[in-house]
Amino acid sequence: MDVITENWDLWVSGFLRSLGIIGWALVGSLVLGTIVAVCRVSPIPLLRVLGTFYVSVFRNTPLAVLLFFIAFGIPVLGINASFYVFGTVGLTIYTAAFVCEALRGGINTVSPGQAEAARSIGLGFGQTLTLVVLPQALRAVVPPVGNVQIAMMKNSAIVGAAGVGGDLFSAYNRLTSAQGYSFLPTVTGMAIGYLLITLTAGALLALAERRLAVAR
Amino acid sequence: MRTPRTALAAAVAVAALTLSACGGGSDDAAESGATPTKASEFEAGTTMAKLADAGKIKIGTKFDQPGFGNKSLSGAPEGFDVKIAEYVAGKLGIEPDGIQWVEAPSPQREDLLADGSVSMVAATYTINDKRKERVGFAGPYYVAGQQIMVNKDNDTIKGPEDLKANPDQKICSVTGSTPAENIRQYLAAPDQLVEFDVYDDCVTAMGNGQVAATTTDNVILLGYVDKEPEKLKLVGKQFTEEPYGIGYAKGDVKFCEFINEALTEASKDGSYEEAWTSTAGKVEGAETPKLPTLDSCG
Repeated sequence: MDVITENWDLWVSGFLRSLGIIGWALVGSLVLGTIVAVCRVSPIPLLRVLGTFYVSVFRNTPLAVLLFFIAFGIPVLGINASFYVFGTVGLTIYTAAFVCEALRGGINTVSPGQAEAARSIGLGFGQTLTLVVLPQALRAVVPPVGNVQIAMMKNSAIVGAAGVGGDLFSAYNRLTSAQGYSFLPTVTGMAIGYLLITLTAGALLALAERRLAVAR
Repeated sequence: MRTPRTALAAAVAVAALTLSACGGGSDDAAESGATPTKASEFEAGTTMAKLADAGKIKIGTKFDQPGFGNKSLSGAPEGFDVKIAEYVAGKLGIEPDGIQWVEAPSPQREDLLADGSVSMVAATYTINDKRKERVGFAGPYYVAGQQIMVNKDNDTIKGPEDLKANPDQKICSVTGSTPAENIRQYLAAPDQLVEFDVYDDCVTAMGNGQVAATTTDNVILLGYVDKEPEKLKLVGKQFTEEPYGIGYAKGDVKFCEFINEALTEASKDGSYEEAWTSTAGKVEGAETPKLPTLDSCG
């Protein structure tokens, strides 16, 4: 356990760095994923095509490929940012594709009669979606969106390798490869760090499910 | 440095060795073409006498390290390690034609010596205690060290000391490597270091202007500068020390003493410096070395 106690600062900074990447990607992917989902169910054909295109591209590209494509491809076009920004953006747009599909699944569970009823009392597309369909869909999407976000938290380990560094996974790499600490305690320490994040997220999800549950 | 790419390189190297082993046997027929006159110089029964009698020697070197041991698809390998090994072989009375080069990738060097596949190894071979458990080292004949590589048009970074004053100039190295650890003390902030799995990504990031510099052993950097001399250059002094030795079968003290004598002579008669300037020394920013103080044999 020396590897934990002797390198406490490194572990804490790695944990916070991972948490930072996860925080940005969580908020970003929920917002972006919702926008794309709205596009995919909208009555406007162009938006539907764009939404479908987005999902096809980003859901079907391996995350590592996407990260390197952004980190080394975007600068060729003359746009430059830190690898931290590139990595977080990559994780966000990748996760948003999955969020979109989970949301769309939830929207599809709301029976068409609900939307028809809303339209018949004079609500527009926006109102129908925000006042009638999405609130009902929300309950159904908590478990699948939670799944997607927990997968994202684990995927954040890949972001560290795309030049970002300083995260939990890089901390483990430094301690084993360069500083020669033995593998097992170090990898255990890293696993505990990620479990702290994912188990907390799981507990919050369970809480959200209970809050949103409706007695039928 | 354990990276996926070195693992791949090793796998390719194993395949290459297997293939070359199939076609290598025919050389034995040339045994009569040796120069027997030299044999008398060496005490009977020593490795030197055996090799001089045979008039040929098998030497392990890198086939993929520009400047030190690098082999094109045809022809013999070229580089500083190769020149040094050729000089030692010359002292045995063996012409360059009598040398059979064997590829010696990093993970295989001890095995090649231990099972007698080669008589010596000159392959950017850092002397350390762990390796000394299995093989012997003559030399060191060169001291490699960590250095910094920048884009040719960069006039700001002239060494590790310039990093603190220029926090926006990022430096790249491989995740979890010793060079990455070594450079940390020179940084303005931890984020000034960018880490990737392989050096190729660092060089790509340099081309994009995302990082200003890459740092690792000068030998690896020399390889990159050798490939793109119009884009890259080395700057500053080496700030760590990695002594390279010539590997031989453990316990052969007389052979070790012979190699050390040859190295000393090479240094005296100018062959050592010539070997450097005609190979690795051609790259901009490479320091011309002097033969380091040799370790004692045995």
